Amino acid sequence: MANDDDTQDDASEDYGIETRAIHAGARPDATTGARSTPIYQTTAYVFEDVDHAASLFNLQTFGYIYSRLTNPTVAVLEERIASLEGGRAAVAAASGHAAQFLAFFSLMEPGDEFVSSRNLYGGSITQFGLSFKRLGWTCHFVDPTEPENFAAALTPNCKAIFIENLANPGGVILDMAAIADIARAHKIPLIVDNTLATPYLCRPFEWGADIVIHSATKFIGGHGNSMGGLVVESGKFDWFASGKFPGLTEPDPAYHGLTFAETFGDFGYTMKTRAVALRDFGPSLSPMNAYLLLQGVETLPLRMARHCDNAQAVAEFLEAHPKVDWVSYAGLESSPYKALAQKYMPRGPGSVFTFGLGGGFDGGVRLVEACELLSHLANVGDTRSLILHPASTTHRQLTDEQRDASGATPDVVRLSIGIETVADIIADLDQALDKV
Amino acid sequence: MNHDSYPALLLRGILRRCKTIAMVGASPNWVRPSNFAMKYLQLKGYRIIPVNPARAGGEILGERVYGCLADIPEPFPMVDIYRNAEAAGALTDEAIEIAADKGIEVLWMQLGVRNDAAAARAEAAGLTVIMNRCPKIEYGRFSGELGWSGINTGIISARRHAVI
Repeated sequence: MANDDDTQDDASEDYGIETRAIHAGARPDATTGARSTPIYQTTAYVFEDVDHAASLFNLQTFGYIYSRLTNPTVAVLEERIASLEGGRAAVAAASGHAAQFLAFFSLMEPGDEFVSSRNLYGGSITQFGLSFKRLGWTCHFVDPTEPENFAAALTPNCKAIFIENLANPGGVILDMAAIADIARAHKIPLIVDNTLATPYLCRPFEWGADIVIHSATKFIGGHGNSMGGLVVESGKFDWFASGKFPGLTEPDPAYHGLTFAETFGDFGYTMKTRAVALRDFGPSLSPMNAYLLLQGVETLPLRMARHCDNAQAVAEFLEAHPKVDWVSYAGLESSPYKALAQKYMPRGPGSVFTFGLGGGFDGGVRLVEACELLSHLANVGDTRSLILHPASTTHRQLTDEQRDASGATPDVVRLSIGIETVADIIADLDQALDKV
Repeated sequence: MNHDSYPALLLRGILRRCKTIAMVGASPNWVRPSNFAMKYLQLKGYRIIPVNPARAGGEILGERVYGCLADIPEPFPMVDIYRNAEAAGALTDEAIEIAADKGIEVLWMQLGVRNDAAAARAEAAGLTVIMNRCPKIEYGRFSGELGWSGINTGIISARRHAVI
């Protein structure tokens, strides 16, 4: 039923991030009026008739076919994150790692290359360095703290630059605008993993990024209960300018010769990622997980503010502790990344950071095993405070050289500070440090 | 008028009022963007009259094709131009000439098409001009359908019914 109120203007461009974290993408259900987003736990959707089905399969009309491609609950999460990032469109995946694969699949041909920061989540180093290699994609890892290193490593076959703007695990913040300039000069997209900063602390599109990746498993969901990932596009990248992206700018045999970047304009990359990569590889997000991630993201602004406050207090406590050699948190005066943090994430540099123990590898193992309140597990971005010794866990599969280069030397302990009472977090670390 | 961004009210008003649209550059090839938009708008209850000199006298999606705007024998409040910016200039002058006769109120240029000089002429003649937008995408945006594919509609509403 149409609403005939001609005076109503509901464009959300001016709404604040707290409002969009709750409302973007989620209208009340048109049929039932349900205010919370319903969980559409269905695999498929009835066609109106054969012609409607054909229009849907040909992408001529918007609508649902099969939940591997689109689902009404998942779509709310996709639009929500696209809105929070200030992007044009998003596609969800079963995990951050799946999202990352889909993002590259829409850009790369066998034999193509890309340049990546070497300060990444350990799983990304393995995905890029080993599994991508088997698809014929070569990743050149560089020290990201000097932006020129990206330019020096680029080859004519490079199709993207990839960074974590706030690197996991090291507390390293990159000069995103300078790196974006290099990508722009070479007419290739800058892909930013914004998982640890979240759009509340930093919106990479405002600094020249073209594609944003999320592991929604972390702060977006925020409660450590659901895996999920997203690929978000800015809608501003000119795919036609370089001739480097035939998958987007030339007729696609998978859709009878449709040209994605022409037909869908500023959301052509997302349509291609959904209609080809997600369709053909199938790592789709479940409606139940999308619902839980939506529940989480409603409080993202509140949680991130508290995460940052608590992390700052814990970092200051650790820096003053005699058994701690160093603390790498960009909120500390001692951090070489303090100025970049103030530029790119003035609300705070997140709550995942590392510190070094005098006791080395064995000291790290003893510390994680002595904690009572902090959970020893391999995740970040939970309401709960988490502790991990990367050298004995997440970064174990890397070579010593890769491990050290990524910032996970044997003495490093990683924290993901939660939103418990901050004095309790500090007290637990204090008693555990006594046992090291 | 500012042609970098358009208020939602303006676009929605056009899509509510203009139910018959002359589509210049409509293609019979189903993988072309104009064919996508025509088919979608037909499904939403719009009458689309295709204009394409190379196909004049033929049919696209069940509608007779005309060679030029002036050949269309009935009124149409909106012209949607699926041609490049240069061609859009001449088409704008053609539309201005017959605007009173055919009841043309709105001149719409497709995604990627912008001709500011032509827009100024059309506005001086009393037409409303929209450039670098797609009526299919805007319809999908206001109806909420665009969000079904994860696209940011920019719409926030606590009302129960989809609004267009």
